[in-house]
Formats: sequence, structure tokens, C-alpha cells
Amino acid sequence: MKINREQVEHVARLARLALSDTELETLTGEMDAILDYVEKLNELDTDHIVPTAHAVPVENAFREDSVGASIGSEKALQNAPEASDNCFVVPKVIE
Amino acid sequence: MTSRYEVVIGLEVHVQLTTQTKIFCNCSTAFGKQPNSQTCPVCLGLPGALPVLNRKVAEYAIKTGLATNCSIAPRSIFARKNYFYPDLPKGYQISQFELPICEHGRLDIEVEGQPKSIGITRIHMEEDAGKLLHDSGDTSRVDLNRACTPLLEIVSEPDMRSSDEAIAYLKKLHQIVVYLGVCDGNLEEGSFRCDANVSIRPWGQKEFGTRAELKNINSFRFIKQAIDYEIERQTDILDDGGRVIQETRLFDTDSGTTRSMRGKEEAHDYRYFPDPDLVPLIVSDAWVEQMRRELPELPEAKISRFVGELGLPAYDAEVLAADRLMAEYYDSLVALNGNAKLCANWVMGELQRALNDSGTSIADCPVTPQLLAGILKRIDDNTISNKIAKTVFDAMWQSGKDADTIIEEQGLKQVTDTGAIEAIVDEVMAANPGQVEEYRGGKEKLMGFFVGQVMRATKGKANPAAVNEMLKKKLSG
Repeated sequence: MKINREQVEHVARLARLALSDTELETLTGEMDAILDYVEKLNELDTDHIVPTAHAVPVENAFREDSVGASIGSEKALQNAPEASDNCFVVPKVIE
Repeated sequence: MTSRYEVVIGLEVHVQLTTQTKIFCNCSTAFGKQPNSQTCPVCLGLPGALPVLNRKVAEYAIKTGLATNCSIAPRSIFARKNYFYPDLPKGYQISQFELPICEHGRLDIEVEGQPKSIGITRIHMEEDAGKLLHDSGDTSRVDLNRACTPLLEIVSEPDMRSSDEAIAYLKKLHQIVVYLGVCDGNLEEGSFRCDANVSIRPWGQKEFGTRAELKNINSFRFIKQAIDYEIERQTDILDDGGRVIQETRLFDTDSGTTRSMRGKEEAHDYRYFPDPDLVPLIVSDAWVEQMRRELPELPEAKISRFVGELGLPAYDAEVLAADRLMAEYYDSLVALNGNAKLCANWVMGELQRALNDSGTSIADCPVTPQLLAGILKRIDDNTISNKIAKTVFDAMWQSGKDADTIIEEQGLKQVTDTGAIEAIVDEVMAANPGQVEEYRGGKEKLMGFFVGQVMRATKGKANPAAVNEMLKKKLSG
């Protein structure tokens, strides 16, 4: 086994996913199979290959530092479940 | 402080850059606007939006790297740092992880005359989060104007051994980023934020002790207080045979103590990976050299020039070089006058006092170097005394008129004519026969009294050297 149930639970928690026991069971098996499959790559010698950071061979895409139009608070908040005083309203965050 | 423990401090500084726009979109970074008015699909984290790097952010990062003796990475990439917090709309922060833009730098500091080199591990670019406003009820409000504002995170090696060293490092770094113009340096508004990693270990122990991370400190004084408190707290724990827990602690400015920040303690698991939205950043040697050419003269170089070429005392040089605009003002003044020490005295004295008293920044100073040079010229040619020069300066500050006009209008020209001075000395002696008697009887400290009387009679305009000479001559005769 490449992955165990605790690890799947941990990843699910990080992603804020609530999984049932059955789902955990299924996902553990599926993720294990995926990792197993990807493991094949380890058979290759990659010692002298630069890690790929981007799939497209493009570099240095820039914007100039000049102010453009923002969409404004009304539009920004249009899809907010709750808003007030031009702000998104969220459950209390305690620090 | 003698202690059984050695203190180990490493610092992480977040420098907010002074670009006009955000790091990955064209929204303005202006401070204090209506909440969420400066947002767009990119900084709101809407699906399908594509972030594109602001060229200026890369330029500022390269300049900061060069000014802190870093090597500039020919290739660096952006990464996603994944975590959930309501001020982070995408669920990840775009940062740099494996390949930051600058590494292996160094800052030289001095504490109580002891020079020391502090290593800089890395400098990377990242976006800021939004701002959370805490309501009294059971909700918080989120303003995303600040989201996506460009930051440089500057991480030091754990090279500092006292809070004084930490402060010296921070002040030096602060001075450099402000000099470079990449940061406005405003600690209170959060443009220069510091997190301190503090641990202690028994002397001689090689391994580091468990560290606490101090967050949320927005003044140099508070950083020193927080570190000192933390050293004391950890010392007490170890002395009692306890163990320090690795945790994040917040500094409470009211009590001067730090307290554990619970809730965020669950092990960080950011699952960094390269951000597929952003292409690699390639920095050519030519680009680095261009940035190097654009660097201003930095404080260290200024100080050694002020001392070496202008012959200023080290103290004056440091005071003048502390602020870039002040140093530039001084340079302009010296170019006009040439008497480096006289110029230094005026900039550090009258000018600084007037700026402080009126709460004016040097950028808005009504007395330009040209105007001030006009006063110094009249001191040099004995038209006015140093004392009267201050009167001229005050009038200049108020009216913006040049020195010669003020001297003319207010009749401040120094009286050097010996005949005129003699007449006044005679008057003063005639009016104070008792004091003349006492002086001649040996009470020589009355000289000050006579000088004062003559000065009062001439409204301060008499040349002090000439007055002294005349008084001595007349009183002894």
C-alpha cells in the first residue's frame, strides 16, 4: 500500500472535505492505485533532467506597472453569499 | 545580561512594495480606499482568471537582492502555498518556494562597536492576503483591496544572538529598502512587518533549541520588547526543567508579553507546488547589470564618503545618511557651500529642528538647499553672525524669501564698524558704573554681562568678536 486511510483523512481535512466511511474506503483504494501507476516514473533515470515547473515552454510573461480598471465593489460582491458595508461577510474568525 | 543560555534569533521580514499596481493584476495598490473597490477577477480569485507578473516587482526584488549582497537566480518559479483562511480568496497564496529570486545574501551590522555579518537565506516575491475586519457579533468582514499587493519576504539566517542585534539588522534592512525606493518603510501601516523566530540553548550546544515564532509586531521598540520577553519566558521554562513548545505567539503591546496563538497550531501542511498559471522568471545577466546601475548610493557608501571625502565625524555622517532625502539635501547644500561641517551642523541642527517642530517631511521642506546656502554665504562673509542667521532661517521658513532680502528688510546686517561699536560700549559702561568697578576689581566673569548688554543694545547685530575686543580694551583701560 502506498497510502493509508489516515493519510487520506488528513488530505481530506486539509481540503475541507467531509468524507463518509465508505468514501474514505473507496478513495484510499483509488488513490493507492493512482500512486502505484505514477510509481512507474521512478523507473526512469531523471538525474540530469531539470524538474518541470510549467508545461508550456514560455518564460517571462510580464505586465507593466500601470493602473487599469478594477471591477468595483458592487460587482466584486455580486455573488457573495453575504455582504455588508462593501465587504464580504464571513463567519467570525478568531485569532 | 549573563545567562546560562545562548539566544538564537532569525527574522522574517515582509516588505510591501511601492508599485502602483498589484503583483499579478492591474488593480491599484492605493491605501485607504472603499473596501473591495480595487479588485478584479485575478485578485478576487475568480475561476479562469490568469495572473501575470508585474515587471516592476521583479525589478524591485532584484535591486533588493543586489543591495543585500544576494546572488540573483537566473531562473526562479512561483509556487502555490495552500491553506484556508477567509482573507485568502483562492485558497492558496502565490509565493515562491523551491527557486526564490534571491539567495545567499548578507547584511553587515554593528552593535556596541562590534561588527557582525548577518546571513540572508533568501528573498522571494509573493502576494499579500486581504484584510479581515472583526465585528462585535459572530461575523467578520473581508476587504480584498490589499489582496495581491506585492510583498518581498526577506528571510535571515538564525545569526542574531541578542535583541539588539536583531534591531540593528532590521534598521539596516529598513534603511536599505527605503533608500532603494522599493518600500515606503511605514511600520505602522504594515509596509515593513517582522516575524521573529526566537530560541535559546545552553552555551556550547550545537543543536538549536525549540523556537517560538513571534508575529504581529509593528515597531522596532515592540520587536525588542517581544524578543526580550520571549527570552525571559523560555529561560524560565528551561530553568524549571520544562520544555519549550514550538508555536506561534502574539505580542501584546499593552502588557509587553507574548501569548500563544492557539487554533493555528495544527501542523502547517502547505503542499507547495509550482503554479501552472505563472511561467518561469528568467533573469539575464544584462538585466541584473541594468538593475545594478540603477541602484542609488547606499547608506554605507554614503557614510564612508561623508567621512572620507568630506571629513565629517562618523556620528554626523551616520545621522545625515540615515534618511535618503536628508542625505541628498545635504549633498546639494555642500555642492553650493563647500564647508562640509558647517553644512552638517545646519542640516542636523536648525533644519532638523524646524522639520520636527512643524511635523514637516524633508520632501516638503520650504527652505531649499539653495535658500539655506544663501544664509551660509552671509555667515561666511561676516554679514551676519551665527545667532542672527537663525533668525534669518526662521523668517525664511515662514516666508520663503531669500536670505539677502530678509537681511535687508529686517535690517539684520551685522555691525562691524568699530566706531559704532565703541560708542555703544561707552554707553553701556556709563550706564553701569558699579559693574565696571567690580570688573576692574577682578570680577572678570562680568564680561558676559557686558557682552549681553551691548548685544541687546544692537539687537544682536554687533559682531561678537569685535564687541569682545572692544570691551576688553575699554574695560582694562
